[in-house]
Order: sequence, then structure tokens, then C-alpha cells
Amino acid sequence: MADGDYGDHGHHAIETRGLNLWYGDFQALYDVDLEVKRGIITSMIGPSGCGKTTLLRTCNRIIERLGYVRTTGSVSVLGHDIFADSVELVQVRKRIGMVFQRPNPLPISIRDNVLFGFRLHEARLRKVSAAEEDEILESSLQQVLLWDTVKDRLDKPATGLSLEEQQKLCIARLLPVKPEVLLMDEPCSALDPAGTEAVEELIWKLRGDYTILIVTHNMAQARRASDECVFMLLGRIIEHGSTDEVFLRPENSQTADYIEGRYG
Amino acid sequence: MFTATTLNRRSYRTQNVARAVFFLMTVTLVIPVLIIVGTLVVKGGPAISWEFLFTAPRDGMTAGGIFPALVGTVWLVAVALLASVPVGVAAALYLSEYAPDNLLTRSINLAIINLAGVPSIVHALFGVGAFVLFFNIGASILAASLTLAVMTLPVVIVATRESLQAVPQAFREACWNMGATRWQTIRKVVLPNSISGILTGVILEVSRTAGETAPIMFTGAAAFVAFLPASVFDQTMAMSYHLYYIATQQTGVPEEVTFGVALVLISIVLLMNAISIGFRVYLRGLKKW
Repeated sequence: MADGDYGDHGHHAIETRGLNLWYGDFQALYDVDLEVKRGIITSMIGPSGCGKTTLLRTCNRIIERLGYVRTTGSVSVLGHDIFADSVELVQVRKRIGMVFQRPNPLPISIRDNVLFGFRLHEARLRKVSAAEEDEILESSLQQVLLWDTVKDRLDKPATGLSLEEQQKLCIARLLPVKPEVLLMDEPCSALDPAGTEAVEELIWKLRGDYTILIVTHNMAQARRASDECVFMLLGRIIEHGSTDEVFLRPENSQTADYIEGRYG
Repeated sequence: MFTATTLNRRSYRTQNVARAVFFLMTVTLVIPVLIIVGTLVVKGGPAISWEFLFTAPRDGMTAGGIFPALVGTVWLVAVALLASVPVGVAAALYLSEYAPDNLLTRSINLAIINLAGVPSIVHALFGVGAFVLFFNIGASILAASLTLAVMTLPVVIVATRESLQAVPQAFREACWNMGATRWQTIRKVVLPNSISGILTGVILEVSRTAGETAPIMFTGAAAFVAFLPASVFDQTMAMSYHLYYIATQQTGVPEEVTFGVALVLISIVLLMNAISIGFRVYLRGLKKW
């Protein structure tokens, strides 16, 4: 990476220690110790309300926007405590991109969507040529397998794309600022089966270049499209291991029950 | 098997009565508008001419035109907008995009609602006390416009805040997640997508400001000024006050002239409203979500 500060590969992408989180009086996370390895896809599964999304949203501190959230414990991203006083949230959000359940492209052109973050962060520091912007635009859209579909309508509104294309675009616009971690909150749940397959394929393709932490309700998806799997229940991590192990030989009986569809 | 029962028929009767009542009420609402506009057109129409619009009143305002009053109203509205729009939009931005939900914010919101409920004559007296006397501006366009601005401020704030809040939260989240600050989010996403609503609110404010009489009565409007205002420190004639004056204070004004003034005033207001609606429809067509 360009910034040597973040280039230390000895650390986990995300590491939480004794993380507790309360929404007002309600405790949503209990003593969460999680280590997310770099460059692989880690999926989080568990029944609704188990804290998956909360945990995901704590990793880039977007959860704080709710105002009545309190946390104890620590969250480190790439070896740096993101709760430290010196942390600048803008820098955190640059390094950790987030993809939402519903695709949320901005109501501007496809080009402006992809370049939005780049212009916000890079283009204000130095003069950026149109050629450089075009290059970034193309490479980002290439990476998300969208270039061929949209190359002739880059200046059309992004809101005119199909949901699948919109979701790919939402991933593409994170890439120009060179994030290391991508957090995905049920990125396929608004898509039809074909769209789901296409986005899953894309996520698999991004593996290696980015560390991906993905929340899903779809167990088949977790099994198909992740290296490691975290099973959560009632705010606690019950099991975390390689996806095959978790699905084939779960250590915990609660994991087994959930995977076999006895609740959830 | 599927024929109507007595109960069905009774339900239909009740339903028809209800519909008739609601229809009558709706018509009742439209009738005064038609009567007012109709009367003004019939009685005031003949008075309207280029001369009427573009010359000053003569012979104790019993003849001539309304040009100084028209110009004065434009001055009053323009200066009032210059004062109220920046303040109102900034306040709405703060309340919608920055303010935490706490006691202070709630108090401010309450104050805005109350400000909107203050009678215009009270605003007028406030204007005299504050702008004319305390700040020693004297009766002038500036004092009158500031009074109008205070009066219409809540309208601007509420209209702006509503159009800001109509921008989907998902757009803001998308921006924040790319590391945009609140201001960058406002500048690049929130404002471009709410500007149509804000402008609509502003145009509606224009129509309201143009028609108000009480707030300018003691603060800057004059019954007759022989010259057009040269600066904001001059007194001026104004359409609404001119109408009030020739209708109630001056004798010997032909009925036709009075109705003519009223017709011009209501035309300005309706025109402004129409522009506002047209503008909103046009801009809504441009929106893509």
C-alpha cells in the first residue's frame, strides 16, 4: 500500500477484543473476540437480531451515528485501534468500504458515482487529469465486471440501472480510494437469483485484493462464497472456523441446529 | 346468489350521502374564490391598461396609475428575500442536517412554530419597535422588508427543512460511508436534490410577502410618494397598502380603480403561485428516484 503506516501485513484485517455494545439499555454484543484474516472472505451467519449487522457496523464506527450506542472493548483494523482518540473517521471510512442491503447509488451519473469518493479525497489534493479519471473509472468498473454493460452510458443516471448493476456500481465506487476491507451487509438480499449469483461471483473475484466481511441470511451463500464463517447467536460469537468445518463438522450443537434449520 | 341484500343497499345509501356532503363542502370552498376573482375581473378589468400599470397616481389618487406602488412592492419583496432566504435556508440546513435531537433543538423548533403563529399586526408593531426605533433605521423599505422577513422566516425554514428531509437517507449514508463530511454531503447530494423544493418555498414566500399589508403599514409604506424609491432608506408606496388606503382612507376614488388595484395584486400573487407550481412540476420531472 502507498501509506507505509498501513502496510504491516502481520496484523489481522479486523480484530475485536472483549467488545460489548449497548443500544441504550439493550446489550447487543457480548464479549466479542473476532479475528478476520486478510485477503479472504469471512461470512457472518445467525438468526435475525443476533448482532451480525451491529458487529459489521461497529467495524467502521458507522453504528455511532445512532447516538445512543455505547461500547466497551476494542476494535482494531489493520493493527490500529479505531476507537483511539487520534483516529480520524474520514480515514477509517476510506480504508473500510461498506456495501448496503439495498443498493444506494447517488442520483447522479454512473461516472460521477464511481468517481465520487475519489474526487472527495484525491482530487482535492492535486490536479487530476480527465484521462486519469477515465482510467480510474474504467478500471473500477472492470473490477466489478460492469464495464462492458455500462461503457456506452457512463453519463446516464446511475438510478436507471438494474438492482444488480446498481449493487455492482456501489462496490465499484468504493475502489478508487483503495480500501483494504469491504464490509457487506446482506449485499444480495434485494436481488433476484441471477443478480445474486452475479454479485457473489464478483465478491469471489475481489477476494485476495480485499478483505471481505459479509453478513448474510442465506446459508447456501455463506457456504458457497466464503472462506471462513462466523456463527453468531444472541450477541455472542458461537463458532468461527473455516466454512467447510463450520458446515460439515460444527463443534457447537447450537451451530449444528441452526445450520440444519432447526431455528432461525 | 350475488344479488344485493338490504344491508348492501343501506350501506350504499349512507355512502352516497357521505359523498354528496363531502362534494358540497369542496364546492363551498371553491365558490368564494370564483366570486372574488370574477368580481375583480368584471369590475377592475376595464381599469387595466398600460397607462394604469406604468404611470403614477394623479388627482389625489383618483386617477392615473399604480406604477410607484408596483415598483415599491418589488423593492419590498426583493429586500425581504435577501434577508430571509439566507437565514432561513441556513437555519433549516442546521436543523435538518446537523442538529442533534436535544432540548435546544426542540425549543428552536417550538419557537419557529410559534413565530409562524404570530399575527401580522404584532409583527408590524415589533418592526416599529425594533427596526424603525431601536435600530433607528426609520420608516423605510429596509425596516419594512426586515419586518416582512421576520414574518416569513418560519415559512422559509419549514419549507426548506421539508424538502431537505425528502432527500432519501440512503444518499446521505452512501456519502458518509465514502468518507464525506456533512458539509460535502450537503453540498454534493442534499442541496442539489432539494433545491427544487427550496425554490418552491421561496416563490410561495414571495407571493405572501407581496400581499401583506399590516407589517409594512407603520414601517415603511407611505400612502403617496411622488418619486420612485432610490435606496432602501426611502419610504415607498406598495400595492397592498395602496389598496388599503384608496379603499378606506381616501374619498372620491372611482370603484374601477380600487378593483383594478386589487386585480393587479391578486394577479401577482396567483402568477407567483403558478410559477412555483410549474417550477415544481418541471423539477420533479428531472428527479430520477
